[in-house]
Amino acid sequence: MFDINPGLSIWTTVVFVLLVLVLGKFAWKPLLKTLQDREQKIRDSLEQAERARAEAAELLKQNERNMAKAEEEYQKIVREARALGDRMKEEIVTKAHQQAQHELQAAKDEIQRDIEAAKQQLRDEVADLAVKAAEKILDETLDPVRHKKIIDKAVDQLKNN
Amino acid sequence: MIDPLTPPDTLQTSHADTVAAAVQHGGAARELSGGDFDFNHLLEHLYDSRTLEFPGGHWDIPAFPPVQIGSLTIDLSITKHVFFLLFAAMLLTIAAVAASRKIRKRPVPTGFANVVEVFVVFIRDEIILPTMGPAGLKYTPFILTTFLYILIMNLLGLVPFGASATGNISVTAGLALVAFIMIQVAAIRAQGLTHYLAHFTGGVAWWLWPIMIPIEVLGIFTKAFALCMRLFANMSGGHIVILALLGFIFLAKSIFFAPIPVIFVVAIYLLELLVAFIQAYVFAMLTSLFMGLGIPQGEEQHGH
Repeated sequence: MFDINPGLSIWTTVVFVLLVLVLGKFAWKPLLKTLQDREQKIRDSLEQAERARAEAAELLKQNERNMAKAEEEYQKIVREARALGDRMKEEIVTKAHQQAQHELQAAKDEIQRDIEAAKQQLRDEVADLAVKAAEKILDETLDPVRHKKIIDKAVDQLKNN
Repeated sequence: MIDPLTPPDTLQTSHADTVAAAVQHGGAARELSGGDFDFNHLLEHLYDSRTLEFPGGHWDIPAFPPVQIGSLTIDLSITKHVFFLLFAAMLLTIAAVAASRKIRKRPVPTGFANVVEVFVVFIRDEIILPTMGPAGLKYTPFILTTFLYILIMNLLGLVPFGASATGNISVTAGLALVAFIMIQVAAIRAQGLTHYLAHFTGGVAWWLWPIMIPIEVLGIFTKAFALCMRLFANMSGGHIVILALLGFIFLAKSIFFAPIPVIFVVAIYLLELLVAFIQAYVFAMLTSLFMGLGIPQGEEQHGH
């Protein structure tokens, strides 16, 4: 049982060495290379997935930031628009008010002026008429001085009325 | 039964007994009623022989005349164990090449290719990398072949009509010889020849060299010798236990006693299945470890 049969040992050695060489060339090396490639691919894919995930998360965050900014901006615009509207409304009302006041004043003034003018005109007309009437009545009896005195008196009376 | 070309002194001494048992093949010796049972017939399973058994018969393999070199007689005849050596090599070649092709064609492994891939990845990640480091990756094909070849030979011994060639010390000696050469090759390639030779002095004072050098030389041979003996003893041991248990049936000469040893035999058989894997792993792992001892690891310039 413990005798060594050299022929069998030689067979074993030869077969084993041949097997190592043949399998190494035709089976293990291509297989190991495929495995390595696959592992590399998996590693790369995982890394890529991780990168993509990080990118997506970054995008999401950016999106949220943008949304918040947009919301803020919208609020600001609305606030500003409202303020502007209020201011414009007030302005318009004030202006209109002023305008109305102004026009009212102008109308009053004009009426006043018209009244004054009418009064003046009336006075002149009346004086004229009075002079003409007096001329007709008194004609040559009165000298111009007296004449004037009487007229003034009449006018004053008229004015007092 | 005996091939006329077979010289009587070329095979093991036990062969005569084996042949004697084989002469009675199929005869009364196999039956419980036989008076004197030749127990060598049981052990026949362990020994190498020139007869191949298969279901329904047996075949006497023709022998070559032995070659005489000096006092050494080398008989290269194909024996039962040579047959199983070749058979295992053939099985492994077919399986490995087929799996390799399949994996290359379809990157996602399925079925049988997946099983082979599990072994490949296991050898690479659990044996090569821890014992040799990344520098040892180029020896992966060698360790892989060692593991799977020994595994298949071990398992063939558990198949009916099969024989485990690894239960023969001549075979394990051949395997250990290749492992021995690879261990030295790995060390020389990693350290350079001068460094490798300097290693034999063990780094002690020159006057201790006459002691140190024989010890170191002995050391490298011991490793291979241990590999050889371990595999042989483990593989033949289990078979001997099974045969011894079966022998009890013939000692008891009672069919009613037979179930008891059979139960134990089945248990040992299952254990053998485990041992077949473990011993293949141990051989591959230790070869890798011994190769790793010669490969400087990392910053450490020099091993022990």
